[in-house]
Amino acid sequence: MPEGPEGNLPEPAPEKAPTTPAPAASAAAPAPKPVPLPWDCEMVQQLKAAYGDAILQAATFIGQNFLVVDRSICRQLLATLCQEHSYDRLTDLTAVHYPKDELPIEMVWILYSMSNNVRVRVKARFADGEEVPTLTDHWVGANWMEREVYDMFGVRFAGHPDLRRILLPDEWTGFPLRKDYALDKQDTDWVRKNLGIESGQ
Amino acid sequence: MSDNQFYESFEELQQSHPDLDSKELVLNMGPQHPSTHGVLRIILKLDGEKVNGLECVIGYLHRGIEKIAESRTWTQFAPFVDRLDYTAAVANNLGYCLTVEKLLGVEVPKRAQYIRVILTELARLASHQVWLGTHVLDIGAVTPLFYAFRDRETILNVFEKYCGARLTTHSFRIGGCRWDAYEGFSSEVLRICDDLLPKIDEYKNLITGNRIWLQRTKNVGCISAEDCLSFGITGPVLRGSGVAWDLRKAQPYSSYEDFEFDVPIGSAGDTFDRYVVRVEEMRQSIRIIRQAVEGLPEGPIIARVPKVIKPPVGEVYLSTEAPKGELGYFMVSDGTPQPYRLRVRPPSFINLQALEKMSKGGLVADVVAIIGTLDIVLGEVDR
Amino acid sequence: MNSILGYLHSNVTPGEAGNLFWVAVYVLLVFAGVSFGVMFMNWFERKVMAHMQVRVGPMRVGPHGLLQPIADALKLIIKEDLMPANADKIVFWFAPVCVVMTAFCSFIVVPFGRTHAITDMNIGVLFMLGVSSLGVLGVIMAGWASNSHYPLMGSLRSGAQMVSYEVAMCMTVVSAVMMTSMATGTGTMSMIGIVQAQLQQHTWFAFSFFPVGFTALGVFAIAMVAETNRAPFDLPEAESELVAGFLTEYSGFRWSLFFLAEYTGMMAVSSIATTLWLGGWLRPFPNWLGGRNWDLAFSLVPGLTFLLLASFCFFFYNRMPRIRAMRANAIGLAAFGAVIAIVGIVLLLPGVRERIQDIYWFTLKVGFFMYLYVWGRTTFPRYRFDQLMSIGWKVLFPISLAVVILTALIGVRQELFALVWR
Repeated sequence: MPEGPEGNLPEPAPEKAPTTPAPAASAAAPAPKPVPLPWDCEMVQQLKAAYGDAILQAATFIGQNFLVVDRSICRQLLATLCQEHSYDRLTDLTAVHYPKDELPIEMVWILYSMSNNVRVRVKARFADGEEVPTLTDHWVGANWMEREVYDMFGVRFAGHPDLRRILLPDEWTGFPLRKDYALDKQDTDWVRKNLGIESGQ
Repeated sequence: MSDNQFYESFEELQQSHPDLDSKELVLNMGPQHPSTHGVLRIILKLDGEKVNGLECVIGYLHRGIEKIAESRTWTQFAPFVDRLDYTAAVANNLGYCLTVEKLLGVEVPKRAQYIRVILTELARLASHQVWLGTHVLDIGAVTPLFYAFRDRETILNVFEKYCGARLTTHSFRIGGCRWDAYEGFSSEVLRICDDLLPKIDEYKNLITGNRIWLQRTKNVGCISAEDCLSFGITGPVLRGSGVAWDLRKAQPYSSYEDFEFDVPIGSAGDTFDRYVVRVEEMRQSIRIIRQAVEGLPEGPIIARVPKVIKPPVGEVYLSTEAPKGELGYFMVSDGTPQPYRLRVRPPSFINLQALEKMSKGGLVADVVAIIGTLDIVLGEVDR
Repeated sequence: MNSILGYLHSNVTPGEAGNLFWVAVYVLLVFAGVSFGVMFMNWFERKVMAHMQVRVGPMRVGPHGLLQPIADALKLIIKEDLMPANADKIVFWFAPVCVVMTAFCSFIVVPFGRTHAITDMNIGVLFMLGVSSLGVLGVIMAGWASNSHYPLMGSLRSGAQMVSYEVAMCMTVVSAVMMTSMATGTGTMSMIGIVQAQLQQHTWFAFSFFPVGFTALGVFAIAMVAETNRAPFDLPEAESELVAGFLTEYSGFRWSLFFLAEYTGMMAVSSIATTLWLGGWLRPFPNWLGGRNWDLAFSLVPGLTFLLLASFCFFFYNRMPRIRAMRANAIGLAAFGAVIAIVGIVLLLPGVRERIQDIYWFTLKVGFFMYLYVWGRTTFPRYRFDQLMSIGWKVLFPISLAVVILTALIGVRQELFALVWR
């Protein structure tokens, strides 16, 4: 594993131009940085008509569509997407933690439509400690994904049949993927009690 | 719930109903077990031989890869993804590099794309051979394991000559490939393809027609297509249930659209169909490799990528068809050289949820067969 | 002293002759022979399985792994003897003893030749089957005494499996016993009597009433694999499911006793199969190719076999790499080859070769069944328990019943025809 923020410059091969250091590369006109562009299509218009201002943003970034919605309608919106707009597969369910924001937990749901072969990402912000509605009644596969989000972020899901830790031991305290949990932190009490050693990080 | 709670509730049940002839046996197929393919713990509730309920306890191989990603640079993190599905490390690498390249907007040169396809399909072959050997071993036939691993050696030799490592290869870089195809690469890979095709027929002769095999795998671990979609199952498990969906065809990446290959599907969704699907996939992989090797274009093998990778602020999700299923990477970038959030969508983790549904009502001996047919790798389940 | 020397001229087994000294000698010989056979089987199985699996098997301990069984036995003897804390101590101790005793006891009536058996009971076959059934008790005791889920499940499964397949086995044995009555009009259950009946009828029972005899042999062969818990019926020992089934809690010497009993049981049922259907100790074609010259020719075969084996040893000795590290193994192989050659020459001597002939042919036929055991283990996946039981009861049992009925009908065909045509 390389140490330090080294780039992956290739060895100069005979048929290729020799490598140029970064400043010279940026002497050429740099490509414009991609930004989210507004996304408008029939489905988005229908959703905006149904939910109005609760759809905070409908955009496309590098060709991937996403919706940022208000937390109050996320469950109905996902149900609507599933039933009316044929996004019938839940590809992924995860969270991102922005500790400095007012609503720090961002839930991300990635849905996929088998018939249209398109994906959409739905995002919603939640407050710390707030309960997120569960999707286990729509998709059985959401069960373990939500358990993992709980395990890693401490997000509780309202209506989840069996919300407990999945990857970490049941008695672990702390939620590792949050930004306030240091990389080398361990639940030293658990380690001492169960493994009989001092946590050695 | 923890061990103690489980047993306490069982004893409570017995005490509160003293007349209940509770025949239920709670059996623990613990983390150390010859056929759970890694450290997987399964708590079985048995009525004699019949499985009434099943609970998976995972996390024994959790290494906090997603947390580690947040303190490494985009380039430094690439070797970590090999350790997820370690039987086909190249496929993980491909997915990671493709996702970062999409975020950066980098166009990978054609030659690099073809080399990537060749190595990824070789990795798919290697992964399926591990699956074949171990799955058949769990069901009791001890010999195909050795044949499968003997043939896998030739593939691992190619990896070793290419990048120095057999298993956790880190073969690609963001922007293309680190090394060009070494001298003799094409001929060696073509020779592997030629040798492997009759060997796949050998596996077929030894296993597929064997009546004991048929009895052990037909109608065992059935799952319907609707259940698959509801669980989010992808990969050969989904295709065994009859859904013809393969990301290499549906959303082609890295020049897969240039190659002609079929996507095998099953019909009954049982263990035998999944076995046939995977063996057929091996044949199709050989087909893809042949086309890629014969059509390997000249040109650069890596695109111009800055020394320090600072992707634009934003998020991206890209998934590829790994041997185990849909392997997805969800990356959140905040413009710094380190990822803000990197989520791996692990196919084995999501496929493993269906274990209870598939085993309920069956016998204990079938649980082992079903774990094998789901083809899980604990490195990916636990990350 | 007279009785000791006097027995040497008799033509019956020591048990029949009532000669206690020679009975004791034969008991020791059989015990030693069977133990040696078990050790050889251990090596043979590992080597044959390995070669079928594209690898070589043990090569390091002794030339081509020939000393491996000795090393394994030594290791097992010096291992720590563990007993689970809550195990039933007496039963835990007794279970391996029980299986070993029953397995070895069944060798009392196994005839390696006309006079080469410890004794000959007139219910020999029944005795063997009965004693091997007692082994089931030992297996169940082992599972019970271990005080743990896995061994209990394994032992109950094993017990049920052994009992089920014994039914089919015994039915086919009945058909073979019926065939002994064809020439003389009276049948016999004595092992020696069955072989003599085959000699009288000029046919191995496997080929009589073709294909009924062959089917009987086939059913017995499958049932005996299930009886001895070998693949493809080895679910009780299935490593991938219940660790080692009823053997899980046994380690060291106790484990080696179970393993000894398993191989001994394999040899015992193979001996039954050989005696009943393959003509026991008879050389090929004793009647058709009869006469002194043919007897002489066939009696040279054992010696020549050993000389052939010795030549293999020398061939492989020549192929051994000539490096210092391999010197001990190379010398060992050459010495082994020399010993085998000497044995071969001894077996060619006129006094020895007549006496050894019977034992050689018997061992060869039992060895054939042993090879089938190993071949089956390497090739087949394992049956699930319910499939196993359904095969025993729904397939083998009806076939064996049909075999018995057909044997009976064909046996009395002359009377039947007379009845029908009258």
